[in-house]
Amino acid sequence: MTETLNRYRVSTRRSAELVLLVGAWLIGVFAWILVDSATGESSFGGWTSLLSAGLLLLIAHGVVRWQAPYADPLLLPSVAALNMLGLAMIHRLDIAATQRAISNGSPMPTPDVYLQLTWMLLGLVAFILILIFVTDHRRLQRFTFTAGFAGIVLLFIPLLPFIGSEINGARLWINILGFSFQPGELAKVALTIFFAGFLVSRRHSLALIHNKILGVGVPRAKDLGPLILVWLAALLVLILERDLGTSLLLFGLFIVMLYVATGRRSWVLIGATLLTVGGGLAYLAFGHVRVRFDVWLDPFADANGSGFQIVQSLYGFANGGIFGTGWGQGYPQLVPFAKTDFITSALGEELGLMGLIAILLLFAIVVERGARAAVATRDPFGNLLAIGLTAVIGLQTFIVIGGVTRLVPLTGLTTPFLSYGGSSLVANYIIIAMLIRISNAARAPEVSDADLVMRQDDRDD
Amino acid sequence: MIRQINRVTAVIVLLLLALIVNLSYIQVFKAGDLRSQSGNQRVTLTEYSHERGPILLASQAISESTPTADALKYLREYADGSTFASVTGFYSVVYGATGIESEENSVLAGNDSRFFVDRLQQLFANREPKGGAIRLTIDPDAQIAAMKALNGRTGAVVAIDPTTGAILALASSPSFDPNLLSSHDAGDIQANYEKLNADSDQPLLNRPLAMTLPPGSTFKLVTAAAALESGKYVAGSQLPGPTEINLPGTDVQLGNWNAKSCGAGDVTTLQAALEISCNTAFAWLGMELGADAIDEQAKKFGFESEFSVPMTSAISRFPVAPNKPQTAMSAIGQFDVRATVLQMAMVAAGIANDGVVMNPYLVSQVLGPDLTVLQNTNPSAFGRAMSIENSRILRDMMVGVVENGTASKARISGIGVGGKTGTAENSPGEPAHAWFVGFAPSGQSKVAIAVVLQNGGGASEVSGNALAAPIAAAVMRAILKP
Repeated sequence: MTETLNRYRVSTRRSAELVLLVGAWLIGVFAWILVDSATGESSFGGWTSLLSAGLLLLIAHGVVRWQAPYADPLLLPSVAALNMLGLAMIHRLDIAATQRAISNGSPMPTPDVYLQLTWMLLGLVAFILILIFVTDHRRLQRFTFTAGFAGIVLLFIPLLPFIGSEINGARLWINILGFSFQPGELAKVALTIFFAGFLVSRRHSLALIHNKILGVGVPRAKDLGPLILVWLAALLVLILERDLGTSLLLFGLFIVMLYVATGRRSWVLIGATLLTVGGGLAYLAFGHVRVRFDVWLDPFADANGSGFQIVQSLYGFANGGIFGTGWGQGYPQLVPFAKTDFITSALGEELGLMGLIAILLLFAIVVERGARAAVATRDPFGNLLAIGLTAVIGLQTFIVIGGVTRLVPLTGLTTPFLSYGGSSLVANYIIIAMLIRISNAARAPEVSDADLVMRQDDRDD
Repeated sequence: MIRQINRVTAVIVLLLLALIVNLSYIQVFKAGDLRSQSGNQRVTLTEYSHERGPILLASQAISESTPTADALKYLREYADGSTFASVTGFYSVVYGATGIESEENSVLAGNDSRFFVDRLQQLFANREPKGGAIRLTIDPDAQIAAMKALNGRTGAVVAIDPTTGAILALASSPSFDPNLLSSHDAGDIQANYEKLNADSDQPLLNRPLAMTLPPGSTFKLVTAAAALESGKYVAGSQLPGPTEINLPGTDVQLGNWNAKSCGAGDVTTLQAALEISCNTAFAWLGMELGADAIDEQAKKFGFESEFSVPMTSAISRFPVAPNKPQTAMSAIGQFDVRATVLQMAMVAAGIANDGVVMNPYLVSQVLGPDLTVLQNTNPSAFGRAMSIENSRILRDMMVGVVENGTASKARISGIGVGGKTGTAENSPGEPAHAWFVGFAPSGQSKVAIAVVLQNGGGASEVSGNALAAPIAAAVMRAILKP
């Protein structure tokens, strides 16, 4: 134990984080400069944006140093790099929109990058508040059912009249004070806390095996209840809000956490079955699901209609090739929703396969570091919460990028940290704050009695 | 729980890896396929995003790209567009490209493999990529003279350097202004194109290359060449030349154009028959030689072959297995004989070049973006059509046609011009086509030429000498001027 203490005391690795954070910021700065030089813009206004983004990240780093000195040093720089790349691409698409307005003689569009910067500010404020007020992640377990209730409310609030609004056929947004917000993004964080708290308390009974079918242990029928409930909730999201992405993400997340909590592969099989059944029912019952699926099979069948988005996206990737056209030198504005759902095809066009591999490696680092925190933390709630939060980012990345590259059907989700969209950015910074909190607990030298008790408890499995 | 966490992590990392594999497939293996999809606007936008190389004559550009302020960053512009349209073609956002714009697109667009080193340099120097240039063999004075002499009448002129095959003039009339089709306004382009396409005079047709017509009496040169090459005839050989002859097995009487006998006692010589364009003598000669001999001779001049100049010419034809009366008609360039204007210029060129027919070409040089010469075209021979001796005999006979015979209007003072006129019967009721083919100066020819005015260009009385020969004289003068 003393050895462990000594090893941890040696380095907090905060300086490494600072250096990497400066690197992440510089990536954004260079991207921004390249965009401006390639498009012939000389907006010194960009420096205000870049410096404020840098300052925000620096403050966030300061708070980590103060509140979570033993936290993993890679998490914040990785997501900061993604955030900066996203800002640069949104800026680049703003320029394209402005140029288009000039050549069409239409009114100038408002640049989105400043709003995204505002959301970055709010995201980092949320990040800081979490670090300051949630000093111990285990305290979140007390709010299991509060979080569950909040999650459900957030998930279904867009259905309410007046404040709920429908954009592009999906009812996911609420309008408050002129701001449009997607509460489903926050719901996934609340529900992850709920799933973790709930599964930690029920995992022993959920892990019981009733009998075996074809050599696979099957849980008791009465334990199927929670899974069925989540399945129904996901179906409701799909039916009432037409949000395939969130629906899939929530169900996938629950299965992952159920599997981790119980160690039973049978839950994965049951989950996959329910997913297939739900997907099949949705395909038969709903036109919009059927269209999505058919477009996935053959987007070129209706390249100017239902397949337009995905076809344009594929053209973008193809134009980028291995090395990309370079910042500001492609035509990412030709892809619909290039700033939000399709930002990956914009990045794929201008940065090429190489750029996207780098971006996916950043996501892989976040996942690996999140998982490392999940493994290293000493309480089962922390284990579960950390892997849940990590899975949210990993699965969401896969679902959305897989969708725009036609690996899986297109469902419509934001790409974490890259896409334009405030709720997503705030929610994801909250996730990173919690992972940093957990990783700090995992690496911190203080070992309390409570931890030892928890570990004892864990060993019973 | 730890083991499960590790497994879940492994699965998520595998999913991210699957994204990379799929992206590699799209961005590397499938990319070319996706880029060539017709609905992909990026192809057009990219094509217009950097400067396309110019099409040059000896000193001036007849097609070049100039920067614009709109989404398509360069506009293709043609100086004196309608004069050179049959050569340049057009470069359109809506209708693609034609002519040299299409045939030499890889050079002009800058993605030709010959530019590999250049492109590497551009990559490292971060210079704007730029297309290469094409220099043409066209002599602007000859082209302008041809268009001016055609003066809007439906017809065509091809002038070739007989020693190399370099095309000096390739005129098609009436013409069109490629600027009308190369703007950035799709609506305008469509309206202009539809109007041109609906025009009964077919301004978009590349007449010298794409159109085949009965060559009429100019084809007598091929028959005469076959006669000389058979070894049975010389310039002075006597041929029957009555006012009209009966086509065997029919009651059709084939007569001379002037309804006269071709010589005293209805006898003429090969030379005289050519000079006065005696139909009866050549019809008789054709039947004596046989269809195969004439066909063989025609092929040696380029009939039944396709030429890429680099635009591909239509194939000139001699009828397959004609019977005797058909052979007689074919020998004087009627019946189903069809030739392009280019082909008839090649007949004259072969005779003028001591019997050797050169492959015709339009591109003299391929130049890099910085106008350094990457490739000079080497002239190549299509083949020998006649022996040197016979070609010289026929050449002198053609000089006789101009000096003593039916092609008097092709004369240029102080220069020996050889030629042959033709007035090709067309479908009944329609005016004949007026032809002239020839060369100058005799001996060391610098130009071989073919001129046609379709349906006589609207003249009331059609004659190759009156209508086509003066055009040829004007173009040859422009080329030979000191």
